[in-house]
Amino acid sequence: MRDLRLKDVSFSYPGGFLAVDHINMEIKAGDNVAIVGQNGAGKTTTVKMMNGLLRPTGGDVLIGDKNTKDYTTAQISRIVGYVFQNPDDQIFHATVESEVRFGPKTLKLSKEEEDKRVEEALALTGMDKFKDENPLNLPLSTRKFVTIAAVVAMGTEILIFDEPTAGQDMAGNKRLSEILKLLHAQGKTVITISHDMEFVAANFEKVIVMAKKKIVRTGTPREIFWDLETLEKAMLKQPYVSRVLGALHIDGDIISIEDAVEGILNR
Amino acid sequence: MGAVIECKNVTYSYPLAKEPAIKDLSLEIERGKFYGVVGENGSGKTTFCALLRGFAPSFYKGELKGEVLVEGKKTTDYGGELSAKIGYVFQNPFTQISGVKDTVFEEVAYGLENFGIPAEEIERRVVEVMQMTDIEALAMKSPFDLSGGQMQRVALASVIVLEPDILIIDEPTSQLDPEGTESVFAIIKTLKEKQKTIILVEHKIDLIAEYADEVLVFKDGQVIAAGDKRKILSDMSLLEKGASLPQVAVLGSMLKERGLPLSEIPVTEKQAIEVIARALEERKKQ
Ligand SMILES: Nc1ncnc2c1ncn2[C@@H]1O[C@H](COP(=O)(O)OP(=O)(O)OP(=O)(O)O)[C@@H](O)[C@H]1O
Ligand SMILES: [Mg+2]
Repeated sequence: MRDLRLKDVSFSYPGGFLAVDHINMEIKAGDNVAIVGQNGAGKTTTVKMMNGLLRPTGGDVLIGDKNTKDYTTAQISRIVGYVFQNPDDQIFHATVESEVRFGPKTLKLSKEEEDKRVEEALALTGMDKFKDENPLNLPLSTRKFVTIAAVVAMGTEILIFDEPTAGQDMAGNKRLSEILKLLHAQGKTVITISHDMEFVAANFEKVIVMAKKKIVRTGTPREIFWDLETLEKAMLKQPYVSRVLGALHIDGDIISIEDAVEGILNR
Repeated sequence: MGAVIECKNVTYSYPLAKEPAIKDLSLEIERGKFYGVVGENGSGKTTFCALLRGFAPSFYKGELKGEVLVEGKKTTDYGGELSAKIGYVFQNPFTQISGVKDTVFEEVAYGLENFGIPAEEIERRVVEVMQMTDIEALAMKSPFDLSGGQMQRVALASVIVLEPDILIIDEPTSQLDPEGTESVFAIIKTLKEKQKTIILVEHKIDLIAEYADEVLVFKDGQVIAAGDKRKILSDMSLLEKGASLPQVAVLGSMLKERGLPLSEIPVTEKQAIEVIARALEERKKQ
């Protein structure tokens, strides 16, 4: 298991648009982190550099002591899995099962191991019940789980989820939270981009905040969600319960409903 | 006033589907009101939207029983005129982009050009809407070179620029940052003030609580609760039916259970602050 480090990384899209501007980031093996920040801040661009889909135009992306510059995207993708923001950028097969099997197949595993990976990934994401369906006939929020299954089945040590909470209902968010917990328990490094503040407050140990092509702060959810200045800079909001407690002048940097109940009753 | 859209015993099945996606639905949509459509994924919200706009059955085919009336006329009796009356923002912003325009500005102007509106007016309206949706800085970019949230803003802008009387908007904020999400709701509020009728599918229930007038809760192809948002969104029993409720409503009900004398279950942030502050005062006096 290896740490992931971005050293003075920048990225300009062809045509010259600078999307990421000299950022540094260190994610430890086994960390469960969220990246948050305004639209267009450079979150997707940043994580695409972690798995080699985009190559930094400045600086280095390191996995352990290896510089990703020396490896092909195919090689990196066996260490770092990426679930696209738009599932349709990633879906090419006629059934859910063949979609999920495609990746593991390229790993030349034993048939048993391949089957096991596919079955486990389908079960974990709840996609087993759709395994014979065409992914394109499933709603967007469900297609997202198909792409998550496909990446989980690869068994990479680092996984990146780009906005998995977008368009999910309560059950979908709950399932996501279970998937994150399980991967974390398996010792995986998981990096999740999300705009859902309640979800971020409840599911991560560490939060990285991006605004305008840069990282503006890294901290625990409590630290971040009570740093109003940073939130404003990054177009973020406090979770609803925190906003209510702030107005009632109840302190304790509370970010969950359970703590809010105690905080209010003990006032 | 009165009903601008009416569903009468509507049952609709997609081709080849085993079960109808909408089952015996009857309801009225009143002019000038803002309806929040909520409920778990797969419960029929998008199909409901497609029915109101006539895409079901005209485009998706399938079988429609009952009637959907827009201003008293069946959707199946309309030709192209429905597209001028009802603006429709699709759920997936990545598919709304026309693919035929080179810049974001032209993309937003595209629909107006099709309506044969004079160039100066197009320019004025496009600029105004791009300001509203905070995409002016992207005007000269290719619609394909955008972040997810930027694309979603462009999709919304390209529909509100048409100023239709009725707007059906399917999850317009799924890719947006919290600030952008609030501003979309603020835009919808100004549209409502212009007497537009709004039907909005949204999972962000806290914002529905803040801005909508009425809420329709879908489950398994049926509306299981409908009415004034304060009444619907403070009903804790809906949680067991897969619907989500505002954070502050959940907080309020937990406080009440623990004995804090709340006068009501709040659904908005402001209401929560007032109701809890009052209850704490109350408790101090006792
Ligand atoms: N292919 C491209 N060509 C040129 N510019 C691009 C391209 N893709 C993205 N950009 C620009 O790069 C910036 C960062 O985009 P990125 O997708 O990384 O943002 P993001 O933080 O993921 O935003 P969101 O929350 O909206 O998904 C944006 O201003 C965007 O317009
Ligand atoms: Mg993104």
